[in-house]
Amino acid sequence: MDNVIRRRTPRARLLRAGLYALLIAAALVYLLPLVVMVLTSVKPIEEIRAGALLSLPSHFTLDPWIKAWSSACTGMRCDGLSGYFVNSIKIVVPAVAISTLVGAINGYALTKWRFRGSELVFAMLLFGCFVPFQVVLMPMARTLGWLGLASSVSGLVLVHVVYGIAFTTLFFRNYYVAVPDEMINAAKLDGAGFFRIFWRILLPVSGPIITVSVIWQFTQIWNDFLFGVAFAGFDSQPVTVALNNMVNTSTGVKEYNVDMAAAMIAALPTLVVYVLAGKYFVRGLTAGSVKG
Amino acid sequence: MSALEIRNVRKTFGDTEVLKEISLAIDSGEFLILVGPSGCGKSTLMNAIAGLEPVTAGEIHIGGEDVTWRTPAERDIAMVFQSYALYPSMTVRQNIAFGLEMRKVPKAERDQAVERVADLLQISQLLDRKPSQLSGGQRQRVAMGRALAREPQIYLFDEPLSNLDAKLRVEMRTEIKKLHQRLGTTIVYVTHDQIEAMTLADRIAIMRDGHILQLGTPDEVYNDPADMFVAGFMGSPAMNFLSASLEGGPGEYRVRVETEGAQAPLVLPWPVERETEALASQVGRPVTLGLRPEHFSEEDERLGDQAEGTRFEATTTVVEPTGADTLLQVRLSGVEATVRLGPKSRIKAGDRIALRVDMSRAVLFSTEDESRLA
Ligand SMILES: Nc1ncnc2c1ncn2[C@@H]1O[C@H](COP(=O)(O)OP(=O)(O)OP(=O)(O)O)[C@@H](O)[C@H]1O
Ligand SMILES: [Mg+2]
Repeated sequence: MDNVIRRRTPRARLLRAGLYALLIAAALVYLLPLVVMVLTSVKPIEEIRAGALLSLPSHFTLDPWIKAWSSACTGMRCDGLSGYFVNSIKIVVPAVAISTLVGAINGYALTKWRFRGSELVFAMLLFGCFVPFQVVLMPMARTLGWLGLASSVSGLVLVHVVYGIAFTTLFFRNYYVAVPDEMINAAKLDGAGFFRIFWRILLPVSGPIITVSVIWQFTQIWNDFLFGVAFAGFDSQPVTVALNNMVNTSTGVKEYNVDMAAAMIAALPTLVVYVLAGKYFVRGLTAGSVKG
Repeated sequence: MSALEIRNVRKTFGDTEVLKEISLAIDSGEFLILVGPSGCGKSTLMNAIAGLEPVTAGEIHIGGEDVTWRTPAERDIAMVFQSYALYPSMTVRQNIAFGLEMRKVPKAERDQAVERVADLLQISQLLDRKPSQLSGGQRQRVAMGRALAREPQIYLFDEPLSNLDAKLRVEMRTEIKKLHQRLGTTIVYVTHDQIEAMTLADRIAIMRDGHILQLGTPDEVYNDPADMFVAGFMGSPAMNFLSASLEGGPGEYRVRVETEGAQAPLVLPWPVERETEALASQVGRPVTLGLRPEHFSEEDERLGDQAEGTRFEATTTVVEPTGADTLLQVRLSGVEATVRLGPKSRIKAGDRIALRVDMSRAVLFSTEDESRLA
């Protein structure tokens, strides 16, 4: 709702019109790549080669999407992105679930069962948020090899869980700090133990922060490229890596329409998550304290 | 056998000693009130009894058993918190039954207990609501219900009424008193409210800086305070402390209070039956005379010299009618003293009035170390 009092002189109106024009222009600049992608992905290749980048397709076709999904070549193999898309799901779902759960338990222990040195543990975990991906590549490769998890989906899940716990712990700790200690004390006197309190008292009031953690982790892990390239085997590559391979495959003509469709397929899940749950994300980040 | 016994309990957080050698014992069915200024360690003591904080030294016995190192769940205690601390995701019914569920009480028995408690506290119509749908007073009842559903050996109440408005607080106070009389439970109760303390307690413990200064019946702590702090802390409006000096000798001690301006000093004979050994060494030295507002009365001219106590005159500075009685501030001995008179008093601020002071319940303290002399 409009809650600003504005001057209504002609000059002020003109300035305002100019401001809107500028903002709309900026929005278009940002939207243009997406428009080009969508348009390109539904045009036959001949039309693209004819040159009109921004024109509407004269022959609308979904063939590039179908090809990207099921028969485009990624390196040696030519069966599209579908298998890799499934790989991504197999990596993302357990990694998000485990890292969120562990983050929640960490946050709970760090705030409600303070022990000697818990502040230090938290400080060290926080430090984990600032470690760049590249730094952990070598040690992580060694560790995965040593654990016998190299080039496997489980290995990638482990990497993402380890890397994500720093963030999820931070989210949950900051949320649980605001939950009154007296509520936990009441449950202790009622006879509930560590995990019982967690499941019965704390988790049911954690909806907003679980949403934040899941969205954050989902986006991070789905969009990850570096860990995928570094640690995945042929059978366990995530969709981002496959997309890169597909675009870089240099046999025959460059099929821009298929590349665009593939890129959109790879980006779609995070887009869907944001559209569906974006408002809960904001709500969760700004959620007030839980009152008993 | 005492229901709860605390032996030389100490508690430190880092370098700060919050509880310093606390010892007390309460009988089964007794209502003990803990009072003291903010930060004196009342909640810390409650948490120690509940097992929510381990003690640094000392022992805690409940029902004759040493529970010092038992978890809260193993202690058979229920607690009502200042913030109520209800479980927000559960209905009132689930909140009340949770403690029984954790103790593996069968469903049928749990339902029975919920019904019993809901009847007792008149919250039957609220059982299917969530805490967020309740008013402050209703939440308070549910918090009590949660404690009452179980039948623990001891109930702990940490300022349970302090978030309620004045009227509701008085109602709940009466209900807690009735509950205690009906159920005969052992209760330890923290409050800042003088009236709550005086009306509910079988005994009151006054704490300060991690010590218990006095443990006694409401009458004892009010009329026979252990030291100046207790005397000043208990009672509202507070006791008046007047600088004075002690004269005379055994059998004829007098307390001399200098008054304003060119007035003759007020010389008050100390009742012979309340003399103590400690007085002898204080003759000629500064002492502090403690007089409660109700130890003063308005001079009744009809009685003349027949009236009890010593007559004196003073100027009023403030008059505060409270309905039930009238509080006056009068200038005396360089300080303003509070005087409580009947509601019909017609005195206005600035009036010069005649008052009588009744020394039979006055108390005398050493000015030096605030200890009680007589
Ligand atoms: N976890 C803690 N760590 C360090 N100091 C603490 C801790 N808990 C309490 N204290 C300190 O112990 C002292 C007593 O606290 P406590 O909560 O027992 O006071 P209280 O008598 O209940 O006060 P109030 O009437 O305000 O509730 C305070 O000075 C407080 O700062
Ligand atoms: Mg307290």
